[in-house]
Amino acid sequence: MKRWIPLLIFVALAGFLFVGLHRDPREVPSPFIGKAAPAFNLPVVGQPGKTFSPADNKGKVWLLNVWAPWCVSCSQEHAELMQLAQAGVPIYGLNWKDKDREAAALLQREGSPYVMVADDVGGQTGIDWGVTGTPETYVIDKNGIIRMKHIGIIDDAAWQTKFVPLLKELNQ
Amino acid sequence: MNATSTSFPRRRESICSYKNWIPACAGMTMLVVALMSIAPARAAEAVPVGNDPVIEQRMVNLAKDLRCLVCQNETLAGSHAELAEDLRKDIRQQMKLGKSDKEVVKYLTDRYGDFVLYKPPFRSYTLLLWFGPFLFLLGGAVIWYVTLKKRRGLQPVDQVSAAALKQAADLLDKNN
Repeated sequence: MKRWIPLLIFVALAGFLFVGLHRDPREVPSPFIGKAAPAFNLPVVGQPGKTFSPADNKGKVWLLNVWAPWCVSCSQEHAELMQLAQAGVPIYGLNWKDKDREAAALLQREGSPYVMVADDVGGQTGIDWGVTGTPETYVIDKNGIIRMKHIGIIDDAAWQTKFVPLLKELNQ
Repeated sequence: MNATSTSFPRRRESICSYKNWIPACAGMTMLVVALMSIAPARAAEAVPVGNDPVIEQRMVNLAKDLRCLVCQNETLAGSHAELAEDLRKDIRQQMKLGKSDKEVVKYLTDRYGDFVLYKPPFRSYTLLLWFGPFLFLLGGAVIWYVTLKKRRGLQPVDQVSAAALKQAADLLDKNN
């Protein structure tokens, strides 16, 4: 029995390291899960004079996708978002730190998957939502509570495993 | 300086040529060189946006213990990531509003969670982190105690039986 102890310790350590190898350090747990979505009231991209506030969406389950025209991964995500929008998923955008003011032209050119895009030039709203980088997507329920935060691109696998079950539950 | 200067002959020479002044002169030269070397270093530093050295110092002190969320192995004070710059700006602004360090840290943890803190807070899920080393120490103490106890059970060398000693002596004799 005694001679097996070092091997057991080694196996346990290797197990921990192996699990650690497959965890994404970017997946920082958000303190907002289960809390009310931080309020903001921002101008809407491409619609002068109009503003958007999360409070406008009370009673609706919706997605807030934080993106930017300068963000390369966001353009990769664009196709998937277009498909989701066509399937009727209400995606709202937060145009984060778009200092070159390219969002409106880009959406016109590439097509927009968004119901509306709020314009956060200074980036403060992003910080208030705990954004660390783009793209990031939040799921907000009917009561305005953030239920999930997805860091990185939404691909088909992430959509099927993370979003679909949650949206089904929230829309009931 | 005035007291001594009258006793010296008035000659047009560098003060460094007076024997008694050599240490002072050397000191001054070193000071000038030091100042000259500092000046460019200061110029290369980040632009002090706040222009308030007190707040700047507080911000840097605080940001040294906070994690940059983009380059996760850098501190908020040392990172050049854009988000770190924005957050430093936020920290300055909060401090200007009269917030205490604790309130500023809360401002950040409210948004980014405990992950921004390099020093983990006491929570139920960080207990193992805080007390883990002491557990290892305790484990070491247990092993130490058990080993010592086992050793006490062994027969000391000076209590070997006479027959065994004789056998050893015989063996040694034979080889000699």
